[in-house]
Amino acid sequence: MKKRVLSATMTSLVALAMLIAGCASTPTTQAPAEKPKTETPAPATEPAKTGPKQLIVGRGADTKGLDPITQTDGETFKVTENIMDTLIGFADGSTELAPSLADKWEVSPDGLVYTLTLKSGVKFHDGTDFNAEAVKYNFERWSDKSHPQHSPEGFEYYISQFGGYKGDANHIIKSVEAVDPTTVKFTLTRPLAPFLANLAMSPFAIGSPEALKKDVKKFNEHPIGTGPFKFVEWKRNDTITLEKNPDYWNKGFPKLDKLVFKVIPENTARLTALASGEIDLMDGLNTDDIPAVKDNKDLQLFLRPTNNIGYIGFNVEKKPLDNPKVREAIAYAINKPEIVTAFFDGVGEPAVNPMPKTMWGHNNDIKDREFNLDKAKQLLAEAGHPNGFKIKFWAMPVPRPYMPEGVKIAEAIQQDLKKIGIDAEIVTMEWATYLEKTRLGEQEMFMLGWTGDNGDPDNFLAVLLDKNSIGSNNYTRWANNEASELMMKAQSTPVQAEREKLYKQVQEIIFKDVPMVPLAHSTPALAGKANIIDYSPHPKGTESLEKVDFK
Amino acid sequence: MALLAYSIRRILMLIPVLVGMSIIVFSIIRAIPGDPALTILGEKATPQAIADIREALGLNNPWYIQYFDYMKDILSGNLGESLQTNAPISDEILPYLAATTELTIVSMLIAVFIGVNAGILSAWKQNSWFDYCAMLIALVGVSMPIFWLGLMEQWVFAQELKWLPSVGRDDSRNPVEAITHFYILDTMIAGSWDQLWEVIKHLILPGIALGTIPMAIIARITRSSMLEVMRADYVRTARAKGLAQFWVVYKHALKNAMIPVLTVIGLQIGLLLGGAVLTETIFGWPGVGRYIVTAIGNRDYPVIQSGILVIATIFVLINLLVDLLYAYIDPRIKYR
Repeated sequence: MKKRVLSATMTSLVALAMLIAGCASTPTTQAPAEKPKTETPAPATEPAKTGPKQLIVGRGADTKGLDPITQTDGETFKVTENIMDTLIGFADGSTELAPSLADKWEVSPDGLVYTLTLKSGVKFHDGTDFNAEAVKYNFERWSDKSHPQHSPEGFEYYISQFGGYKGDANHIIKSVEAVDPTTVKFTLTRPLAPFLANLAMSPFAIGSPEALKKDVKKFNEHPIGTGPFKFVEWKRNDTITLEKNPDYWNKGFPKLDKLVFKVIPENTARLTALASGEIDLMDGLNTDDIPAVKDNKDLQLFLRPTNNIGYIGFNVEKKPLDNPKVREAIAYAINKPEIVTAFFDGVGEPAVNPMPKTMWGHNNDIKDREFNLDKAKQLLAEAGHPNGFKIKFWAMPVPRPYMPEGVKIAEAIQQDLKKIGIDAEIVTMEWATYLEKTRLGEQEMFMLGWTGDNGDPDNFLAVLLDKNSIGSNNYTRWANNEASELMMKAQSTPVQAEREKLYKQVQEIIFKDVPMVPLAHSTPALAGKANIIDYSPHPKGTESLEKVDFK
Repeated sequence: MALLAYSIRRILMLIPVLVGMSIIVFSIIRAIPGDPALTILGEKATPQAIADIREALGLNNPWYIQYFDYMKDILSGNLGESLQTNAPISDEILPYLAATTELTIVSMLIAVFIGVNAGILSAWKQNSWFDYCAMLIALVGVSMPIFWLGLMEQWVFAQELKWLPSVGRDDSRNPVEAITHFYILDTMIAGSWDQLWEVIKHLILPGIALGTIPMAIIARITRSSMLEVMRADYVRTARAKGLAQFWVVYKHALKNAMIPVLTVIGLQIGLLLGGAVLTETIFGWPGVGRYIVTAIGNRDYPVIQSGILVIATIFVLINLLVDLLYAYIDPRIKYR
């Protein structure tokens, strides 16, 4: 009896397998011949011409949550920027400010009061009105720890851009007033020049107060904003689907009917999916694959304007790195052009200052030190180390656009340092540990980088090198009073031309005292179908796709 | 009766196994370096944000308190909430498990059908041209790096020939509406046969990539097991009776040769259900392996703990099932 059961099981297994094998062997001949009889609106075989205009965007990782204020990572903002708008936006492909939900803004002469005029007639996707009260509600939610829709985990970006929460000593926003439905007045406790740029950052997008009040947890999975696309569905680790918002305030946009973000972790597989037509646009293109994209007439290459800096840092509290001459000697011994050529595959450029060259305030008058081992040796001798010394060099364990191959770059630098007598031992460890220990200042020489948030020089210089940032992002522990004073002054000066002067001065001090050697800026590469038009990658790393269209 | 008692005893034995495992998982992820708060916040962490997160996660409690809190939740059926998404893990893990199960079934069908038959034929025609080729292929199959195989499949069948899709579970332009999260079922329920066809096409390449190693192992085990059985007296008797070789092989020999093969199949199913991270990564498959690996990268403690616990439970259950199946197939196996 049991014999029969087993053979029956086996036979059915075999039969099933044959069925599948049979299906597999006749893919091209049958499928197109018999048209599907179901009511599904647009069969996949048809191109976008007749069906809805869809754009499938391939990316490496899933979004963590869709309530932007709770998040800090790009995979989140890539999606939320299409669903929710900020008060102020950025111009296409640049960090110049542009109107968004606010049409215009005024700053009081003392730099303490910002008055924003909002667009009227704008509605959230749930049909409720966008107005000054909604703005006020969002800011109250973010700033007030006791607000019912505040999050116990806190709003990381709110703290870092606005100096803390309500009641904290450094909190910058004194009050937010809804003067009338289209006028919002922000009063600050002290002038903060990057205030408007901060408002343009993706985490500070305005959500529907009704939806937030109803269920703030659900908002993280189903956000409701005023943006060009409405949220439809999220299949975790797979796809996020958005559809056109027909009532979008920017008339004529979006051009697409449907926008799908699809997770394909492997860079090579993602490119295959693009080449085979399963997706239309992808980020995270391997630099090795750039020639293949250029050669393929069905594809086109996009380069994202740079907004980052990879650097070699010195912990200035550790001997002998406390001596500026030693630091300068090492700076002379780092061959930036060669490293950029060897490791950045044509999508990087050597850096001079710790901020992107395209950003306003960058000091173009500073001439970089040339690679010069003799000069380096001479400086070492002057510093009292004619025979060099031993040092630990911490190398980044993970690839980042600003530092694609940390350990290999460290090895290249190690070779040159050896020529001037410096014996660098490369140390590396797991990423979270690396960040933790460098933050505590356990490292000697190290490498790290930064990607900008809001297009303001303050977001690079003060974050990385202000003495108040020691213990957070100033990993060099460089505490230069003169530079800090200048940065503080620049932060509270509302006039951009004056700020520019101050930041240029700061860069001179940094260049002279060498707390770090800015190594390179990279321009991340993206690839898309050749018929995609009006896509301009934004330097901050994410952008709304409302203008994207097919030829 | 005996079978029932045996089953109950085996199921009771699972409890210490699972408790032991939960302790191991719990301790290991706390022993590895890296502050979860810092990992969650990344380069942009500030000391205050770190302190806030540690407080919110209860990371300031001693580890044994954290463990007991965790076990209390598990016993009340609460797998906890993901730190990244704030969603309950018991809800979140279901689509992943469905995706993994669907892929596992397809790849095991491929592996068992081809593997068993190739093994039988090799044993039947021992030392023939077919035998040598099949075993050579099996050897290559066992040692094949899945990563390479997957990328090659995609390159040939998706990019060059354009026969099959390379990534995902369905066509993103015509997505399947998830009901049970088993897309084959879902499309059948919805009656959209074009989508069913798409789903099957999406299963083929990852199914082959994932099925290759089990297929090779099954083929080799079946062959050696068959060779042993074919030498047995009863098989010779069957032949002597004048029974056709086909029936001797498939009816008489196969049954006794199946015991070790079943063991291997059971183990392989268990392994594949644990999530084949490489395959899932290459083929953009939203399976349970990637779910847990992402969680490890994010130091998402609750997901790592509960995810591994769920998978381990499935693994031991499948092995239990295989054990019970032996007893069923071969009455000589005593329930001890």
